[in-house]
Amino acid sequence: MSAEMLQHALYLSLALFAIGALGVFLRRNVITVLMCIELMLNAANLAFVVFSRAWGSLSGQVFVFFVLTVAAAEAAVGLAIVIAWQRHRDTLDVDAFDSMKG
Amino acid sequence: MAAGRTERWVNALVACVLTTVAVVGGGRVLLSLDREALIQVLGWMVLLLPLAGFAVLAFFGGWLKRDREELGAGVIACAAVTVAFGLAAWMTVKFATIEGELTGSVAQHGAYLKAQGVSAAARDEILTKVGRTLELTPYFPSGSAVSASVDWIRVGPLRVAFSLLIDRLSLLMMLVVTGVGALIHIYSLGYMAHDPERVRYFSYLNLFTFFMLLLVMSGSLPLLFVGWEGVGLCSYLLIGFWFKRPSAAAAGLKAFLVNRIGDAALIVGIILAFHVLGTVELVHLMDATRGVEHPGITEQVAGLAPETLGGFGPLTAIALLLFVGACGKSAQVPLHVWLPDAMEGPTPVSALIHAATMVTAGVYLVARLSPLFVKAPTALMTVAVVGLLTALLAGTVALVQTDIKRVLAYSTVSQLGFMFLACGVGFFGAAMFHLFTHAFFKALLFLGSGAVIHALGGEQDMRRMGGLWRRLPWTFWTFVAGAAAIAGLPLLSGYMSKEAILAGTLAAGHPWLTGWALVAAALTALYMTRLVCLTFFGLFRGSAEARDHVHEPPWVMRVPLILLAVGALGAGYVGVPRLVGPTLATPVASEAHAVWLTPLAIVLALAAIVATAYLYLEFVEVVPRLRARFAVVVRVLEAKWGFDLAFDWLVRRVVVGGSTALLWRRVDAGLIDAAVNGSAHLVDVLAERTRALQTGLVRQYALVLFGGTVVLLAYLVWR
Repeated sequence: MSAEMLQHALYLSLALFAIGALGVFLRRNVITVLMCIELMLNAANLAFVVFSRAWGSLSGQVFVFFVLTVAAAEAAVGLAIVIAWQRHRDTLDVDAFDSMKG
Repeated sequence: MAAGRTERWVNALVACVLTTVAVVGGGRVLLSLDREALIQVLGWMVLLLPLAGFAVLAFFGGWLKRDREELGAGVIACAAVTVAFGLAAWMTVKFATIEGELTGSVAQHGAYLKAQGVSAAARDEILTKVGRTLELTPYFPSGSAVSASVDWIRVGPLRVAFSLLIDRLSLLMMLVVTGVGALIHIYSLGYMAHDPERVRYFSYLNLFTFFMLLLVMSGSLPLLFVGWEGVGLCSYLLIGFWFKRPSAAAAGLKAFLVNRIGDAALIVGIILAFHVLGTVELVHLMDATRGVEHPGITEQVAGLAPETLGGFGPLTAIALLLFVGACGKSAQVPLHVWLPDAMEGPTPVSALIHAATMVTAGVYLVARLSPLFVKAPTALMTVAVVGLLTALLAGTVALVQTDIKRVLAYSTVSQLGFMFLACGVGFFGAAMFHLFTHAFFKALLFLGSGAVIHALGGEQDMRRMGGLWRRLPWTFWTFVAGAAAIAGLPLLSGYMSKEAILAGTLAAGHPWLTGWALVAAALTALYMTRLVCLTFFGLFRGSAEARDHVHEPPWVMRVPLILLAVGALGAGYVGVPRLVGPTLATPVASEAHAVWLTPLAIVLALAAIVATAYLYLEFVEVVPRLRARFAVVVRVLEAKWGFDLAFDWLVRRVVVGGSTALLWRRVDAGLIDAAVNGSAHLVDVLAERTRALQTGLVRQYALVLFGGTVVLLAYLVWR
C-alpha cells in the first residue's frame, strides 16, 4: 500500500468521523444521534484497518471485531433507552432530556 | 372479714417463724466464725441491713400498703436500723477485745525487753517493729481493720478496692448513725402515722442510713464519695418529701445545687490526692501523711517539701479542696444557705439528716484525714477561721428567727462551726466529741420541736406558741434537757464537748479565736433560752382551735425523746477524745491551760440564760423597744447577713446575666452559631454559582466532552 493511498484512506476516515461528530452535536433526533455515533465508530474501524494494512499486522483488524461488538451492544442499549424515553415522554428530541438540569 | 383476719395471723406466724430461723441460723454461723472474720462479716451486715430494708420497701411497698394499718413499712425500716445498731454494738465489743489483747501483747514484749536490760530507745524501735508485724494481721496499733477487699476500679495505676475500713473512728460514727437513727426511725412511726406516703418515707430513710454508713465505713475516698453523693440524694428526696408544696421542692433543689459546689471541689480534691500521693485508700492516705511506711507512697510524700503556715503546696491544695467539699455538706459559710431551707422536710428528717448525721459528714472527713490536714497548716487555719465565722454568723441569725425549726437549723450550723474550729486548731478528738454529743441533743431538740409542731397541728411559728410547758410536760422536760445541754450548763454533754473545744483552741495558742468562740458559745445560750421561753412559757398566743388541739405525743414518740434526753445529759461522760484519739492526728498543744477559761465559759452561759429568761419572762414589753433601738442590726440579722441575697445576685446577675449577655449573645450566637451558619451559607453561594454548569443539554455535554478529549490529545501529541 502506497503512502498516497494510506493518506487518502485516512482522509476518508477523518471525513466520516467529522460528519458523525457534527451529527452528534447538531442533530436533535435521538435516533440520528445514535446513527452518527455508529458512523464515528466505523470511521475509527476504517482507520484501524488502514493501519493494519500499512503495518502488515493483524492486531488492527482484531480490534475492529471488538469495536463492532461494542457498537452492537451500544446500539441495543441505546435503542432500548430511546424506546423507553419515547413511551415515557412521547418525544425523540435530545434537548428534552434535561431532568438533571441544575 | 374473718378470712382477712386469719390471713393476717398466718402471715404474722410465717414472719415469726422465718425470723426465728434467720436469727438462730445466722447466729450459729456468726458464732462459728473466728473474731477477725466476725468483725468483717458484721461490718458488711451493718452496712447492708438498711439497704435490704430499703429494697424490701421499694419493691414490695405496694403490697405492704394494702395492709390497712400500714404499720408494716415502718416496722421493717425500724427493725433494719435497730438490728444494725445491735450488730454495730457487738462489733465494737469484739473490736475492743481484740485491740486490748494486741496492746497487751505489745506491752508484754516491752516488759520482757526491759527485763533484758534493753535501752529505752532500742525498745521503742523494736516495739514499733512488733506493731508493724501485727499490722500484717489486718490490725495495727492505730487500731483499724480493713475488710477483705474486692477490686472495684482498676484503671492504669489507679486501684480502688471495694473495702470497709473499721477502726475506732468509723465504729463511733456507726454507733451514732445507727443508734440515733434507730430512735428517729421509731419516732417517725408516730410522727408520720397520718401520712399516706409512709412507705416512700421509710424507704428513703433506710436508704439514707445505708449511704451514711457507707460514707463512714468506706475504706477509700471514691467509695466515700459514693456514700457522700448518696446521702445528698436522700437529703434532696426527703427535703422535697412533700413535693406538692412548691417551697419544699425549691428547698430540695437548693440543697442539691449548693451541695454540688462542694462536691465538685471534693472530687477534684480526690483526684489531686491520687495525683500527688498516688493512692486513694484512706489507710494509705492516713499512714502516708503520718509517717508509717508504705512502699511507693512514702517516697512521694517524702518528696514533698514540708508546708508551713501561709505557704501553699500540694497538700494544702488537697486539704482545701476536701474542706470545700466538707463546707458544702456540713453547711459552713458561705455554703450554709441550704440548711435552714432544708427544714421544709419532715421534722424527723431534720433531726436525722440535717442535724445528727449527714451534716457532720464534713467533720468526719476532716477528722478522718487529720494526718493530712496537720501537714497543711494553711488549710488547717482556714478550717478554724471558717468554722468560727460560721459559728458566730449562724448564732446571731438564730437570735431573730421566728420559726422554731429555723432557730434549730441555724443552731446546727453554728455547732458545726464549733466542730470545724476544733478541727482547725488540731483538736480533732474534741471535734468528734462535739459531733457525738451534738447528735444526741440536737436530734432531741428537733424531735422535741416536732412534738410541739405535732401538738399544734403543724404550727411552726414561735410567735403563735407559748405556755406549753403545762400541757406538754414530757416534751417540755426532754426539750429542756436538750436545750440545757446545748447551752452549756455545767456537767451536761454540750458543756463537756464545748469545753474541750474552747480549751483546745486556747491550748493551741489562739487566744483571739478562743475569745470569739466564747462569744459564739454565749450566743448559743441566748437563742436557746429565747426559744424555750417563747415556746413553753408565757401565755399561749395561738388560735383557740390550736389550743384545743394540743396533746402529748404518743409513747412511740415519747420514748425516743426520753432516751435521747438521757443521752443529751450523759453523753459527755463517754470519753470520746480519748477513745478515737489513736486514729486521729495528735494535737500540737502548748501546755498553756488557763484556769480562768472554764469558770468564764460557765459564767457567760449562765449570765446569757438568766438575762434572756428575765427579758422574755418578766420584761417581754422591752423586746419590741430593743428591736426598734437596734433596728439596723435586726434587719441585717433577719436578712441572714445577706447570704441569700448575695447568692441571688451572684446567680441572677453574674451567672444568668453574664451568660445571657456574653455567653449566649456573644459567644453562642455571635461565634458558634455564626460559624455554623456561615459555613452553610458559603456552600449555598458556591452551589448557586456552580449549578449554572448543569444546563441539561446533552449535546452540550457531548461537545464539552469532545472538546476536552481534543485538548487532551493535542497536549499529548504536542507537549
